[in-house]
Amino acid sequence: MFKRVLIANRGEIALRIIRSCRELGVETVCVYSSADKGGPWLEQADRAICIGPGPSKESYLKIERIIAAAEVSHADAIHPGYGFLSENSHFAEVCRASGFEFIGPSPEAMHALGDKVNCKKLARKTGTPVFPGTEDAIEDIDEAVKVAAEIKYPVIVKARAGGGGRGMRIARNEAELRAGIESARQEAAAAFGDGGVYVEKFLENARHFEVQTIGDKHGHAVHLYERDCSSQRRHQKLVEEAPAPGVDPKKRDKVCESAAALIREAKYSGAATVEFLMDRHQDFYMLEVNTRVQVEHPVTEMITGVDIVKTGIRVAAGEELPFTQKDIHVNGHAIEVRINAEDPDRNFMPQAGLIETYSAPGGPGVRLDSHARAGYRIPPNYDSMIGKLIVHAPDRETCIERLKGALREFRIGPVKTTIPLHLKVLDLPDFRKATHDIHFVERWLKETAPKS
Amino acid sequence: MIDIRKLKELVRLMTTSELTELDLRDKDEQVTIRRASPQVAPQIIHHAAPAVHHVPAAAPAAPAAAAAAPAAPAAPAEDAGLVAIESPMVGTFYASPSPDKPHFVTAGGQVGPNSVVCLVEAMKIFNEIKAERSGTIVKVLVQSGQAVEFGQPLFMIKPS
Repeated sequence: MFKRVLIANRGEIALRIIRSCRELGVETVCVYSSADKGGPWLEQADRAICIGPGPSKESYLKIERIIAAAEVSHADAIHPGYGFLSENSHFAEVCRASGFEFIGPSPEAMHALGDKVNCKKLARKTGTPVFPGTEDAIEDIDEAVKVAAEIKYPVIVKARAGGGGRGMRIARNEAELRAGIESARQEAAAAFGDGGVYVEKFLENARHFEVQTIGDKHGHAVHLYERDCSSQRRHQKLVEEAPAPGVDPKKRDKVCESAAALIREAKYSGAATVEFLMDRHQDFYMLEVNTRVQVEHPVTEMITGVDIVKTGIRVAAGEELPFTQKDIHVNGHAIEVRINAEDPDRNFMPQAGLIETYSAPGGPGVRLDSHARAGYRIPPNYDSMIGKLIVHAPDRETCIERLKGALREFRIGPVKTTIPLHLKVLDLPDFRKATHDIHFVERWLKETAPKS
Repeated sequence: MIDIRKLKELVRLMTTSELTELDLRDKDEQVTIRRASPQVAPQIIHHAAPAVHHVPAAAPAAPAAAAAAPAAPAAPAEDAGLVAIESPMVGTFYASPSPDKPHFVTAGGQVGPNSVVCLVEAMKIFNEIKAERSGTIVKVLVQSGQAVEFGQPLFMIKPS
């Protein structure tokens, strides 16, 4: 086991890692930027080292400063957390070259799964279901029509160089596809100077279904079942839950096992999440693999009893996974909401500044992962998430009610947070009946937006 | 008798502030708390017998010391008019180009903006740190082999 771990991150995930290290008897060194000076989580580390000014690219993203901090503190391993450099294979390489273990996958495994083309190739090998479509830009429209017939309508035409919803056309039949390719090409050429378009299966009413996996350096890989993260706004997750409600158990087991097989094939050690979209028929299509521990990992911890962060540190230190697939069982239901310092009534404007009131909820099955407290001044330089509230209960209904209760107990002020928003989302009929899809929050926000 | 709770409070004050020295006396005892460097926890030097006369400004109980302390310590008063040269990076500080050579600068030495005042080593690369301003070095705050972090004061300089 490592003697000392350097944590190259901040806020709630830094605190999460400190907690696991503490239980493993590992010393912690936390880097921080001058904007994070006085951050409450730093008090919990054995040592804190200032590595740069506020802007992330001058501090948390500065590889040489993080390595320098590891050198002067004589750390033996570096934990990247999530975001920042956690999926940067160059950083993983530099860590190892400098003599520090990187708590995460090898650069090769990171590359194998982090690159979408490589990942898809491996997924085909392991039977992990992928998005069917044309691999490259369409040269021949007839070819595209053939592909569309194979993958079945509806399909979506997308600009290779595109973004912002432009150069995209949904087609439900051949006529629409031919017309769509033409107009998408024109729009793409005008908007991006590149008329290249490709065709992919389009999922209506899809749900976001991601599988948590964990592997070790001895070839073992296990899945820890799934999380449903369909409640999103602008591709940012708001609510995450496990297990995914209403999914056929056989289909679930099959896709979860295929995710573990993918991790195993890539010789991946550490925590990884394989993201899928699930259609109305409960067929799955892989979106990508996140080669790091994720924000919403606590949801899985609550239903399986596995400490994902601790296990990740253990496997990085060379230990074998302390469990096999048959040891993993789902117990009850868990839901997490992200508490963001944002004003939902003002287009989610980020709130920086002093938290004066902070009164945390409690009670059975209530977990709060947060670095904030009364007297903490939220700096403006980083993302707006100030904590995660996770609730566990024997079933989904009880879990929702318990979470609503916890949100009502939770007082943060005067900064505005997304607490009132979560209370509303949890009561939406689509959410309660689990008939929601990845656009349902945005649709609801649009419908309920004040008419100007 | 200065009791343990007050001592604990004084140590806490030291740790949570930027004080480098706190000197507390009453008619029976004198307590001096001095911080050697930012990485080292404050040390308590406790004298049982009265060494000096009663000093009213620094006098009594913890709450008053808390109010008096910011005005009392000698260090900030001496630092009036001085500017710190701070480390722009994380690494190991070296006062001289190599162990056998003389220090780049010493107290009393003159520097210009491009004068190299020290080296900070990280990832096997020795970086020359420049003074960035003209003046006289008044204090050297760190020693060779010591770890320094971003923003840590290395020297106090009297600008000219």
